[in-house]
Amino acid sequence: MIEVEDLSVTFGRHTSVVRAVRQATFRVGEGESFGLVGESGSGKSTVLRAVAGLIENWSGAITVAGRQQGRRRDRAFYKRVQMVFQDPYGSLHPRHTVDRILVEPVAIHRLDTADRRIERALADVGLGSRFRYRYPHQLSGGQRQRIAIARALILEPRVLLLDEPTSSLDVSVQAEILNLLQRLRRERGLTYLLVTHNLAIVAHMCERVAVMNAGRIVEALDVGVLRSENPTHPYTRQLLQASKGYDRETARGLVDFADA
Amino acid sequence: MSAPSPDRPLLAVEGLRVDFASPVGTIHAVRGVNFSLGREKVGIVGESGSGKSVTGRAILRLIAAPGAVSAQRLEFDGIDLMGIDERAMRSIRGARIAMVMQDPKFSLNPVMTVGRQIAEAYLVHHDATRGEARSRTLEMLRAVRIRDPERVFDAYPHEVSGGMGQRAMIAMMLIPGPDLLIADEPTSALDVTVQMQVLSIVDDLVTARGMGLIFISHDLNLVASFCDRVLVMYGGRIVEECRASELRAARHPYTQGLLAALPRIDDAGRELAVLQRDPAWLEPSERL
Amino acid sequence: MSARLDSPASTRQWLLAETPSSRLQARLGEAYLAWRAFRTNPLAMVGLGIVVALLVVAALAPWIATHSPVTQDLTARLLPPGAVYWFGSDELGRDIFSRVVHGARITLTIVVLVVILVAPVGLLVGTIAGYIGGWLETALMRVTDVFLAFPRLILALAFVAAIGPGIENAVIAIALTAWPPYARIARAETITIRGSDFIAAARVQGASRARIIWRYVMPLCMPSVIVRVTLDMAGIILTAAGLGFLGLGAQPPSPEWGAMISAGRKFILDQWWVATMPGLAIFVVSLGFNLLGDGLRDVLDPKQR
Repeated sequence: MIEVEDLSVTFGRHTSVVRAVRQATFRVGEGESFGLVGESGSGKSTVLRAVAGLIENWSGAITVAGRQQGRRRDRAFYKRVQMVFQDPYGSLHPRHTVDRILVEPVAIHRLDTADRRIERALADVGLGSRFRYRYPHQLSGGQRQRIAIARALILEPRVLLLDEPTSSLDVSVQAEILNLLQRLRRERGLTYLLVTHNLAIVAHMCERVAVMNAGRIVEALDVGVLRSENPTHPYTRQLLQASKGYDRETARGLVDFADA
Repeated sequence: MSAPSPDRPLLAVEGLRVDFASPVGTIHAVRGVNFSLGREKVGIVGESGSGKSVTGRAILRLIAAPGAVSAQRLEFDGIDLMGIDERAMRSIRGARIAMVMQDPKFSLNPVMTVGRQIAEAYLVHHDATRGEARSRTLEMLRAVRIRDPERVFDAYPHEVSGGMGQRAMIAMMLIPGPDLLIADEPTSALDVTVQMQVLSIVDDLVTARGMGLIFISHDLNLVASFCDRVLVMYGGRIVEECRASELRAARHPYTQGLLAALPRIDDAGRELAVLQRDPAWLEPSERL
Repeated sequence: MSARLDSPASTRQWLLAETPSSRLQARLGEAYLAWRAFRTNPLAMVGLGIVVALLVVAALAPWIATHSPVTQDLTARLLPPGAVYWFGSDELGRDIFSRVVHGARITLTIVVLVVILVAPVGLLVGTIAGYIGGWLETALMRVTDVFLAFPRLILALAFVAAIGPGIENAVIAIALTAWPPYARIARAETITIRGSDFIAAARVQGASRARIIWRYVMPLCMPSVIVRVTLDMAGIILTAAGLGFLGLGAQPPSPEWGAMISAGRKFILDQWWVATMPGLAIFVVSLGFNLLGDGLRDVLDPKQR
């Protein structure tokens, strides 16, 4: 469904060039859930944004649903691929009601039966129609993220790009959103490309995962390998160790892989 | 620094309440919190709005109007923190109780070099020359395991990484030699590996100096693995208090619910347990 | 609907409903909350009162005025304020009160015309420059800078001198120099909005640039532009009065406040009321718009909260 080959992204010009992503290559099959993990600055979100067409200065090849993508994406692309952002406080327009937020994609793609679609999208994400005319500031973080998911689903896409969809939510709300995403994927056979820094979430949500560090994919592996705590790359091992909680010995042995 | 007698805790909090007056009615952010703390690492965990951060600030009397703090007892090393005036409180803040906040970017002064800020923190509470302050600062930067303290000393906050900034922040907070450190989500903005490094520094310093630590966090796993004792807050109250090692055997349904809601690496694909909130949790219960 | 509107209390409940059942209700609810915040500021309420009074006076000028604003009565020249001539009479025996009242219409016309010309242009130029960026932004903003470099009154003077005096030309002259600040504000706002996630989200839905500027960026720029417009009103009124004073705005016998002051300055020592009354009108109305603008800023502009 998604093929990324030799993707490189650079920011800045002349003297201060940052190579955010360096020759990233991976493939996500139809109906698969694929995770991109790494620490901040690893380039994982940049990869996602390049796939979504939000960044223009990349090189390499991005193929989605068999079609090679250029710098700019057409409307048909966004009918197929939708994205959910990290911060539900920032990704909803503060002056738009839920209704307006959900009408927009329908209007942009000139679809009919907006009313029915909105009602169904709200029901799909577990919110009733009583939320329809509220403003984002009248909603909790979890409810906002549900609206953001509803907005992505209303176009009935095949692929969802998820950028840390739960990292700004409380643990109990995170569980609800993760369950929701799991159920939607099961019901609709969606393809997920999930970016997160949390190994437990990839292990929970994905079948395969690529570990990124300093712009490079250091390793791609099945989550089974992650679960059995047996990854080959030392960086992945270290990440795994560090995510298990504080341990004085582990902290001592940490290595900086940034220049590796 | 007088060593408190073993039977007197470093910090005793009883019936701490924090209310915020608002146009739509009073918000009870903290509703009767009781705990005591020795020279140990105590974690306060809870979700947003549980009152954990407000509790930390209330101890330092850092709640601004329209917030109001009241307590039956708020005693630090034999000093009644509710009874003393603002000037006396200022001499305790920083010198005897220090606080580390979440984001070093906002806590460090952007137009002053890191070294000067730390040296200032030392000079405020000690009668020393600039030279002494500088050498103490470099020593402190080394203590928080900054490899080239000379460079960081002369760097501005925006020139250092997040992890480095947070270490500098900790150095600044610990240089006056406080007895109690309140750390409010000190590592939440950091990557896991950096987080581990920063925590190990805090761990070493707190243990070596025999300080008390209040570690406020939303991360159950982290608190369970880092602290000695854990207080779980919900709706402005402490609903559970246990040894950190025994958190997995928590008895309160809220704590159990939070633990079950966490995705785990070794346990994939299952439906995550969703927390069913019980209004009864908001009612005061007898002391745990 | 009727049940809801029976009493003020139930109307309030309907406005503050947590689950509005229509777009209209949601919008009115928001407006009501803003109004409640605005109401707590007494100075802003004074400003609002003055502006509303100006509107009422302008609308009902023929009924409020006690005399005709243009009819001369040379037997009643330069009478001091009294029972017949409330604000006194001028050198041609016209009632100053009636002239001030009718002058409100002229002032309001100028203000409204300028705003209609200026705000959309500034908003459009600013949001397009800010959102699209690149060479287009450079070009648009340099043009803005050029206009900003002209002293307002001098440019207006030159313009009016070139195409002749009159209210319409005064309006065009003022508008020509008044739009650049709006473009700047709108651009600054747009640049902060441009990078936000909800704009990225709109792009991911396939929204065109025009749609994003129109439906996402502009609504967020509106509050600061509205605030700026209100605060600018005073300046516009003063410029118009200045042009009138110099004889380049409204022409006699139309009762424009600036022109009235100009005529009255000959008698300022002996018949103080001739210049003072229109001067007071300018002062009060300018103050009213400034107070209103300040109050609006507190309510509308989240950065100031």
